[in-house]
Amino acid sequence: MDFALALGDDALIAAQRLAEWTTRAPEMEEDVALANIALDQLGAARLLLSYAGELEGAGRDEDTLAYLRDDREFRNCLLVELPNGDFAVTMAKLLVLAAYQVPLYTALAACPDERLAAIGAKARKESAYHLDHAALWVKRLGDGTEESYRRMQAGIDQIWPYADELFAAWPDAPVDPATLRSEFDDTVTAVLAEATLTVPEVAWTPAGGRDGVHTEHLSYLLAEMQVLHRAHPGVRW
Amino acid sequence: MYGNDFPGEDPPGGLLGEVEAAEVALRAAAARDRGAAEPGGDLAAYFAEVVDADQKIEPRDWMPEAYRRTLIRQIAQHAHSEIIGMQPEGNWISRAPSLKRKAILLAKVQDEAGHGLYLYAAAETLGVSRDELVDLLLSGRQKYSSIFNYPTLSWADVGAIGWLVDGAAIVNQVPLCRCSYGPYARAMIRVCKEESFHQRQGYEILHTLAHGTPAQKAMAQDSVDRWWYPSLAMFGPPDGDSTHSAQSMAWKIKRFSNDELRQRFVDMCVGQAEALGLRIPDPELRWNDDRQAYDFTQPDYDELMQVINGNGPCNRQRMEHRRRAHREGAWVREAATAYAAKRAEKEKVAA
Ligand SMILES: [Fe+2]
Ligand SMILES: [Fe+2]
Repeated sequence: MDFALALGDDALIAAQRLAEWTTRAPEMEEDVALANIALDQLGAARLLLSYAGELEGAGRDEDTLAYLRDDREFRNCLLVELPNGDFAVTMAKLLVLAAYQVPLYTALAACPDERLAAIGAKARKESAYHLDHAALWVKRLGDGTEESYRRMQAGIDQIWPYADELFAAWPDAPVDPATLRSEFDDTVTAVLAEATLTVPEVAWTPAGGRDGVHTEHLSYLLAEMQVLHRAHPGVRW
Repeated sequence: MYGNDFPGEDPPGGLLGEVEAAEVALRAAAARDRGAAEPGGDLAAYFAEVVDADQKIEPRDWMPEAYRRTLIRQIAQHAHSEIIGMQPEGNWISRAPSLKRKAILLAKVQDEAGHGLYLYAAAETLGVSRDELVDLLLSGRQKYSSIFNYPTLSWADVGAIGWLVDGAAIVNQVPLCRCSYGPYARAMIRVCKEESFHQRQGYEILHTLAHGTPAQKAMAQDSVDRWWYPSLAMFGPPDGDSTHSAQSMAWKIKRFSNDELRQRFVDMCVGQAEALGLRIPDPELRWNDDRQAYDFTQPDYDELMQVINGNGPCNRQRMEHRRRAHREGAWVREAATAYAAKRAEKEKVAA
């Protein structure tokens, strides 16, 4: 259950953040694209949370898990809860998330748990598109104007430390994320090189999300997401 | 179509059949030979012939300058409405009360962006660029539908917008599926189909609320109370005061008057409100046997003029939101342009 919950929370919180861009994107086409990616993440979140609830066997469904847990009970990585920042920060976040989710879902698609394998098979195709989209923008911004280069490098610098948490060893999970690190590094390094950006040196690697110890941002995100659901306990929507 | 994977209560009296009929007519018109304009012939006479025969004018055809200008204005304002219209509902995406509702709402708002893009593309066939039109919106020289200058104060407003605002949009737009300008007619067919899903989703939200707890039902009723008259005002001023109508009718851009469409909308909503178990906030609403239509109270047209002139509750907020997104995205668009230029340069060198 913990693993499905962690992945489901990653996807849910990523969706919530990406959806914040709706009506605010730099181009109308990008508004559509970001909504698409948010919808993909939300779709994966619903499958994963539903399954996590079934595994737990305590009668919690996707909405109970999404709306009635407090931040200390969420298991998402810190990366996805960070504020959107400017478009460069958002694309840095998406690049790191997608470059992690692609090998993760691909490996999941081959795991013995049939439900997880089916979710992985569906989600990896979507993540491949997210990765393409993020990579394209990172290249455009990195190799665009002076201002966009400056912002994109700053975005990568800001986000890079949070990548480490994604690959913390989890030996008894259906897929041990530690095994995905080298593919991630290859993917991201190639994109950054083509974008004329520098891979940051990292001395600080924050973590804690998988244990429910989050940044200060998550509680606010949840307060907004859960406010209406919690105001009317037990009703149908 | 995203998010319709649930058994919905269908609103009675939908208009999807009419959209499908228009689509059939469009295909039939395309199949009939239009007969080419004779070289050196009378272009104006040919234009009139095509319009009279319910054929479509296409971008390459000659058309009166005023027809072109009217279409550009109408299609652009329609596109602007789709884009600005994303805001009131977008306001509830982050707080949608279930994950399913969140997905449906996000997909709906995304559809509206798609409608905007599709309509800007239709306007571009008339020889104007999207950038020019966006500038006209941002500088306030072109308008968008006044309905989006009202606030969404509760979750039920998402339902009421779907039911009433998308519903009114459909009533307005179904006749446009038969508009004389081909690209606009085709855009409208596609848009109307999606709007009818939106209307059904909104109706379904209200239906669930109206059959929920007393607090939910009150939320739904309050929302209908606030959105009813602004929705009636969406059809524009009464026929006597409408400036553009007669010429647009002759050109078959418009096919019914504002008041005819408003009546059609009221007649459609009454039964749906009953099925919802919600009250339309009009004590004068009653069936008129002679007219075979409902009598109803007109919306406050002075209020409509106030909102059109910029003094609705949210005009400033909606415009500032749009301007800000445009302004803050400028560096991104510039980067994309610079990157594309660099790539083109590299390809030239490589070739
Ligand atoms: Fe629309
Ligand atoms: Fe719509």
